[in-house]
Amino acid sequence: MINKILTGTFFKAVLLINALMVLLPVFFLFNSSLRETGSFAANPIELARKPAWSNFTQVWAGGEFPNFLKNSLIITLGSLVVILICALSAGFILGRYQFKGNNLIYGFVLTGMLVPAKLAILPLFIQLKWMHLLDSHLGLILVYASGALPAAIFIMAGFFRSLPADIDNAARIDGASEFQLLRLVLAPLVRPGLAIVAIYSAIPIWNDFFLPLVFLQSPEKKTIMQGLTVFFGEYSSQWGVLFAGLTMAALPLIILYLLLSEQFIKGLTAGAVKG
Amino acid sequence: MQSRTLKQQQRKFIWAFLAPGILTILVFTTIPALTTLSYSFFKWTGFQRGGFAGFENFQNLFRYPWRNQFVAALSHNVIVFIAVMLIQTSLGILIAYALFRLKRGQRFFRTVTFLPVIFSLVIVGYMWQVMLNSYFGPINKILTDIGLESWAQPWLGQTSTALPALVFINLWRWVGFPAIIFLAGLNAISHDFIEAAQIDGAKEGQIFRKILFPLLAPSMTIITILTFIGAFEWFDLPYVIGGTVGSPAGSTDTLALMFYRLSFGSADSVSNDIGVGSALGVIIFIIVGVGAGVGSNLMRRREVEQ
Repeated sequence: MINKILTGTFFKAVLLINALMVLLPVFFLFNSSLRETGSFAANPIELARKPAWSNFTQVWAGGEFPNFLKNSLIITLGSLVVILICALSAGFILGRYQFKGNNLIYGFVLTGMLVPAKLAILPLFIQLKWMHLLDSHLGLILVYASGALPAAIFIMAGFFRSLPADIDNAARIDGASEFQLLRLVLAPLVRPGLAIVAIYSAIPIWNDFFLPLVFLQSPEKKTIMQGLTVFFGEYSSQWGVLFAGLTMAALPLIILYLLLSEQFIKGLTAGAVKG
Repeated sequence: MQSRTLKQQQRKFIWAFLAPGILTILVFTTIPALTTLSYSFFKWTGFQRGGFAGFENFQNLFRYPWRNQFVAALSHNVIVFIAVMLIQTSLGILIAYALFRLKRGQRFFRTVTFLPVIFSLVIVGYMWQVMLNSYFGPINKILTDIGLESWAQPWLGQTSTALPALVFINLWRWVGFPAIIFLAGLNAISHDFIEAAQIDGAKEGQIFRKILFPLLAPSMTIITILTFIGAFEWFDLPYVIGGTVGSPAGSTDTLALMFYRLSFGSADSVSNDIGVGSALGVIIFIIVGVGAGVGSNLMRRREVEQ
């Protein structure tokens, strides 16, 4: 009996310590964003009793930061549109039709999943330059879409396959064209799949800094995560402002995550968990 | 005759719907990847392609001046893979099991556990750079305050602790991922097994070791493969913290960082070498591909059916 209580306490302690390990640095980040820069030298860990909101207004005022956020939003949403449209239509075909070349296409998509985009960065750079897509949001959108699509098509094909075949025939007998079948009948049924694909692809795109680092040079085109590195150079000695910038870059996803944590967890672990 | 035109129409429709996705992957993934392979067989001067080089670029990786860098970087990738498997994966299982047997409040702890996974590595990197700063970082401040002044040190600034510190930061960011995967694995195990064992008088430790852990094998396979791929393509975190040269003194260098330097040049070695860089890219791809392929085959064989 005592043993049971002890093990129970042990596992609860594991979770509590883990929660503290996660939350304390995040709290430190938020708290520091509200402190006067001058106060850091005296004590790095101190509660911001008189919140210095001016740190945030200073970050926002330069005009750079809102622009970084806007660029990230354009790139993430743009990629998402391409990914969702392509994955919906390709997943529909691969999941619902038997045709010559079906397996070939499947194999092709599978190998696409194995190739890390990073290792093809140089030819991609030269190719984008040649296509006049270097230093352009559209170029980045297409590269991100291409990286996320193999997994996205697989997830969607799985969702389409799990729907009963009778639905298609019933719709066809009612006179629906193949396109209407997809748009009016099946697309609404695979919405959970689209949600998973959206989160699975959007979060890494929003968070990425490597591809913008290589492909975007104009300061006004940079993304938020890439922009942070610029920002750090500029404010390297102004701790309060620096933390305010970090906080502002982190907050959009944190808020979304707190609202939709179940969907986030499902989406980001898609592919690693069966069913 | 009519059915034939219908078939043809359907075929047109099929390819029209496949085309956007397939073409995007082909143009922006497949072709660049194959081009990397072709680059690795040519001599390069800057961005200018020279003559056919055979396996020269591959051999150059094992010669001066790249040999030492290559061996050091590769050894760091291996160390990181082993350290992450030992520390991060076992902690993941521990947290997963603690969540599994928790009856109330699971949702809260699950949400907190997974939270760092959604953070950008740029943010994680900068945040921990400050946390571990030798002068005004809170970690050293806390150590000093509790009387462990001698433990306070420039964690990221000295060769002996920089790589372990990076592994720790990686742990902070990632441990929620295996935890959630193992939790899903535990939840998928039928309760009959556990109840039957309990009736037979098995202790909790025995149930975990003899029943739950073996049935977690599929989750273990996935986590091992993903860890392997992540460890040998490790780039973002070492780049944010140690820059392209793996500061301090190359102690956090990885194959992916070396690949980046060879591709685009860097502060210390001004010129790039696209041929050798592409050869290294191909080698990383082979390590990851073969490792993941062989590994998953071996591990799948050990999995037990429920």
